[in-house]
Parts: sequence; C-alpha cells; structure tokens
Amino acid sequence: MSSVTSEQRTRPRSSPRSIAVWGAVAVVGAVCWAVLALSRGENVSALWILFAALASYAIAYRFYSRFIAYRVLRLDDTRATPAERFHDGVDYDITDRRVLFGHHFAAIAGAGPLVGPVLAAQMGYLPGTIWIIVGVILAGAVQDMVVLFFSMRRNGKSLGQMVREEIGVVGGIAALIAVFAIMIIILAVLALVVVNALAESPWGVFSISLTIPIALFMGFYLRYLRPGRIMEVTAIGVALLLLAIIGGGYVEQMGLSETLTLSKEQLVVGLVVYGFVASILPVWMLLTPRDYLSTFMKVGVIVLLAFGLMIARPVLENQAVTDFAIDGTGPVFAGKLFPFVFITIACGALSGFHALISSGTTPKMVAKESQVRMIGYGGMLMESFVAISALIAASVIDQGLYFAINSPAGATGGEPGAAAEFVSTLGFSISPADLTAAAQSIEEETLISRTGGAPTLAFGISLIFSKAFGGGLAAFWYHFAIMFEALFILTAVDAGTRVGRFMLQDTIGNVWPKFGDVSWKPAAWSASAVVVGLWGYILYLGVTDPLGGINQLFPLFGISNQLLAAIALTLCVTLMFKHGKAKYAWVPGLPLTWALITTMTASFQKVFSSDPRIGYFEQRNTYQAALDNGELLAPATDADQMNQIIANSTLNGVLQALFALLTITVVLSAIPIWVRAARSGGLPTTEVPHETSHLVAPSDFFATKEEKEAVRAYEKSQDQLAGTRGGH
Amino acid sequence: MTVLTAFRGVRWYLKQFTGEAKWDEYLERCRAEGRKPTSRRDFERHRADHRERSTQSRCC
Repeated sequence: MSSVTSEQRTRPRSSPRSIAVWGAVAVVGAVCWAVLALSRGENVSALWILFAALASYAIAYRFYSRFIAYRVLRLDDTRATPAERFHDGVDYDITDRRVLFGHHFAAIAGAGPLVGPVLAAQMGYLPGTIWIIVGVILAGAVQDMVVLFFSMRRNGKSLGQMVREEIGVVGGIAALIAVFAIMIIILAVLALVVVNALAESPWGVFSISLTIPIALFMGFYLRYLRPGRIMEVTAIGVALLLLAIIGGGYVEQMGLSETLTLSKEQLVVGLVVYGFVASILPVWMLLTPRDYLSTFMKVGVIVLLAFGLMIARPVLENQAVTDFAIDGTGPVFAGKLFPFVFITIACGALSGFHALISSGTTPKMVAKESQVRMIGYGGMLMESFVAISALIAASVIDQGLYFAINSPAGATGGEPGAAAEFVSTLGFSISPADLTAAAQSIEEETLISRTGGAPTLAFGISLIFSKAFGGGLAAFWYHFAIMFEALFILTAVDAGTRVGRFMLQDTIGNVWPKFGDVSWKPAAWSASAVVVGLWGYILYLGVTDPLGGINQLFPLFGISNQLLAAIALTLCVTLMFKHGKAKYAWVPGLPLTWALITTMTASFQKVFSSDPRIGYFEQRNTYQAALDNGELLAPATDADQMNQIIANSTLNGVLQALFALLTITVVLSAIPIWVRAARSGGLPTTEVPHETSHLVAPSDFFATKEEKEAVRAYEKSQDQLAGTRGGH
Repeated sequence: MTVLTAFRGVRWYLKQFTGEAKWDEYLERCRAEGRKPTSRRDFERHRADHRERSTQSRCC
C-alpha cells in the first residue's frame, strides 16, 4: 500500500527543463570540485568552496534524500502523523512545514559547526571541505532524517526510549548513561569556548554581561507589560544588543576596563553561578527571552555571512592540505588527518546530538510524513552550510596569525616575540609587529593563544564583513561575532543544564518517585547543582590545563558526539532490519560503519597511543615518570602543574574509554537482533498502527501547483464542515 | 503588490515562528465555538507554565 503512495508521488519526471536545470547544477558542482582539487599554491577564491557545497547539497537533496524518502523509508502521506492524531495544541501540534524547519534548524545549529571547522583548518581547507560536504550528504543528514522518521512513527519517543524498547535494557541503559555523560562534556567544552573568548577582553565581557539584564527586561515585558508581543520585544532586544556591542567599545572611557578584565578562573565562577541560577529560575524570566534573541541573531548572522562572502569574494590564505595533516604534529590538536579531521568536525558533518532533537520535540509537530525529508535532511544541509562558512572564515586569515591565535599558551609564551618565533618553527611567518597590529585592529589587548575557535572565527568574519560592507568597523564586527557566538553558547548551556536536570530527575525518579517531580524545589535545585557541578568541574580542568584545554578536551567532545551518532545509527539499522528492509539497511549502515571506524580508531589512539601528545595514558605516564625523577616537563613550570597534567590526562583517558565501551555495548547488543531479524524477514516493533490521515499539506519547501489546489480544496471542505457544525 | 505580498509573507512567518499566532488561532477557535476567550495575560501565562515543564534542548 505504501508502495502505491510512492508510485502516486512519482510525478511525470525528466522534463527537458528539469534535465537542463539539474545538468547545469551538476556541471557547476563538478567544475568547483575540479578547481578545488587541482589548484595548489595559487590564489583560490573562497567562492569555489561555497558553490561546490551548494551544488552538492542541491543534488543530494533532490536525488538521495528523495531515494531515502520514497524507497528506503517509504514515507506515507495516507498515514496520520502524531501531530494530526493527538493534536492537543501543546506537545502535539500541527505546524507549518516551513515554520517547523525553522524551529528544527534553530534547535540543531549552535556553536558546534562554527568551532570544529575552525580548528580543523590547521590541516588545510580541503580535508575539512570534503568531510563536511560528503559527511553531511551520506551521514549527518541521513541520521537526522531517519531518526526523525522512526521517532515520528513512535509518537515522538526519545532516543533512549527507542534503544531500550527496540534493542534491549542493557543497550538502553548504556545509551542513557552515554547521552548524559556526553551532554556534560559538550556543555563543558562549549563553556570553555566562551571563557577563552571573553578572558582578558573587557569589551566582550561588557557586551555579554548586558545580555542578562536585556533578557530579564524582555522576560518581564512579556509577562507583565505586553504579554505575547514577542516580535515587538525581540526587536527591542536586538536593538539593545547592538547598543551593548557598540557600548563595549567605550569601556575604557567609562573607566570599566580594569573591572571587566577578567581572568579565566573568574569567568568559570561566573559561568557556573549563572548556569545554576538560570536553570532554576522560571523559564519566562531568562531562558525563553534569551532564546528569542539568540535565534534571531543566529539566523541573521548566517544570512549576513552568506551575503558577505558573495560580495567580498575573499581569497583563501590557507593551504589546501598542510603538513600537519600527514605528520600529525599540529599545535591546535594532535593527530593525523585520519581519524582526527573526522572527529574535530562533528557538527556540520555528523552530529549525534541531533538525534536527541530529531527524537524529541520535532517529530511531535510534523504535519505530514513526507515533510520529514525537508525538515530532517534539509535542516542538516543548512547546518552543514554554516560549517562551510566557518571553514572559509578561518581559511581567509593569514596563516601565521591563525597559528598564533590557536596554539596553546604553553607553546607561544603569550607574547608577540615568542609567538612569532614559535610560528616560524611551524613553517609560517608573522612578525611581532603584525601580531600586535592585528590585535589593535579589533581593539583587543592580544590575539595570541586565544584558543577555542571563537576569536579566530570572529576575526575571519570581521575581515569578510569589513571587505564586503566597507572598512573602519573591524572592531565592531569582531565583537559582534564574539557576541553572537557567546550568546548562543550561553543559551545552549542554560537549556542543556535544564535538560540534564530533567534527565537526572527522571532517572532518579524511577527509584524515588518524589524526586522525579520537576516542580519539587529540593529535587530541582539539587539536580541542577549536580549537573552544573559536573560540567563546571570539567570546565575548570580545561581552563587551568597547562597543555591547553581546547587541545586536550576538544577531541573528547568530537569523539563523544560521534559515538552518540553511532548509537543513533545503530538504532536506525536495527529498525531497518526489524521492519524487513534489510535490503536498504546500508543507508544508515554506511555512516554507522564510518562513524565506528573513525571514533574507534580515535578512541583507541587517545587511550593506547604511545605518543604522549595523543594518548592520554601515555601522557600521564610520561609526566608521572618525570615527576618521580624530580624533573619538570614543558609546558609545566612547577610540580603542581605536573600533578595537574597527570590528573587531567587520567580523567580524560577514563572518560574516553568509558564512552567507547558504552557505544560498543549498544552495538554488540544490537547485532544479534540484526541477525534474527534478517533471518526471519522482520521482527515486531513498537511502530504505531496506520491511521488514515485527512490533513492535506504540501511536502517540500515550495508547493507544486497540484499541491496548492489540493490544499485549497481541503480548506474549503473544512470550512463547509465547520459551517454545517455551526448550523446545528 | 509583490512587495506587499512578500511583506505579508515575512510577517506571517515571524508570527508563526515566534508563536504569536497561537493567540490569533485561539481567538479564531473561540469565535467558531461561540466561547468567551480568556484574557491574553492568562493565555500567555498558561503557555509559559507549560514551557516550564517541558524542555527543548539546544544543540552545539
């Protein structure tokens, strides 16, 4: 029956016009890829990357996502979605497809696709470009779409629930622990990015601090002054936000620069206190209004960046492939191209965290099954585009400057002379005067060792915007970019802390029901404190790590994010087998295999490598041995720092091993089910039975003529129905 | 004409996206069913209370 639908959906294809259009897109894509592949050492325009990406996305969306939609998953518009069946207007809510696309995109895209590609740029622009584009087409977008589909067919069940019910209790528990632990790591690393961007930057601290009173004002406005006027208050909020960025340029004149020059440790305390307070305050006060602000800034900056790139047409300063890709000695993060490029760039190519969103709110709001394609696959393509833009922004910066910004303080010594010397040992050159001039151009004290990706990205964005929209505003654009990144990291941090708190309360609630009551203050407060305490602790370790927190923690973040993807894809493969679609199990199976190869290789190296720069335990042993002999190893300058490195390496190594073991547990408990299901041609699943859909709505971004007519006829029949009802 | 259509489209989208349209839809429903609508303040408070109990994760 569902095959009938897929036949019906097949509109007369291959019209000459359609063949011409898609042929042209394919040619553009092929030319762009060829230029990228063949140019070496010449001035390559960033637009080649941009258009290679856009053409590839268009073709993948048109052909591959359609194949997944109608052959693999068999989306069936005769089936009512959970939103249509329950339609309570609260959790289950029929939402316009384009609006839901916006909501879904706002939920999946954050700082991840901005940070990973910036760090991966140390290996050149080509490896990152290829992985982001190929990865999203065959892995990331597939995962998001398939998880969304399976969750929708189960009334919007969460990833953890589905793993427990479809794979088993052991796998379910492993998945639950993995999700919680990975979330803590993600929050800590994101917070670390903010701390590194704001440390010693009074302008940044000034602007970001003001977002709190601005959000509070918006919250009170919506609660007491003019309830519900969200657009109005968001416009006011954005205007105040821009004033806050401009105002930051005058901190010196206001005599605040000393007060607002905060150390990393002070910022950690500030963030932890903020995270705790934000997660226990009523959401209307801080979280909801801040979310409006951050969403509008997010979309606004992405659109602006796309336009800026088109106008500025910057030239790539980065090499196609640097030596670090082959010898693995890069200062930003250690390890060779394989597997570490694929780990560093998670969001934008394949991000397991999205599986939590595709199996949460979104599936409960889909109007028609066929819309899963544009929301799941399309939403992830859009995030990938953000990642490509970030990669370009990092690759238009002078490479000497790039490495001065991104190498740990232990290597650069933190001052221009030593930094310039260090950069020259890497095979790049920049003079101390140029380093100082670059910092002055954006009115920052220094740019040396401002690791974490945010300052690099902001510098790249300010270059692009200054070139596109006229000069003289470099400092404004830099702080504008910092603000926008910090803003949505903070939103992710407070929303994430709340989600973590709910998960903890829910889990403990299984044993002690009272604790599961989310409105019971003692439970809410203690669970929040635990969550904040955990990420705050790891954040503190990262900030004080003599080896550089980003250098040490970012691989852990990337690997854990993709291990989560491996868990989600394992679920997808399991369900393909259970539904008797073994023939198409390769669709999620291919990215699963790839994710397991890269994450397991990376995990293995991080745990067992005999290179102390890569292997956490080897690092621990090296420093322990030196300490036992009474020696100091650089960059440690005293015994305390030696002990600190030893403790951090041990913790990182244990966490790394734990995540890998949890994932292996899920995969191993799924394999017997694959075998059984493949033998018997399918197994019962928790999919809800077919109920006929009466709703009519278009499937794709743009409605076809037939769809528009069908919608009109449907609306007319609904009106008549309402009319007859009213007449009684 | 086309500018006006575009403007209407953007306004419609923003109203839907922010959830402001929920209030209009509620009024519409009340009118159709002949009920007396509650005040906007109470309506929005009810929505905020629901948000308090549910979570929406923001990804990385």
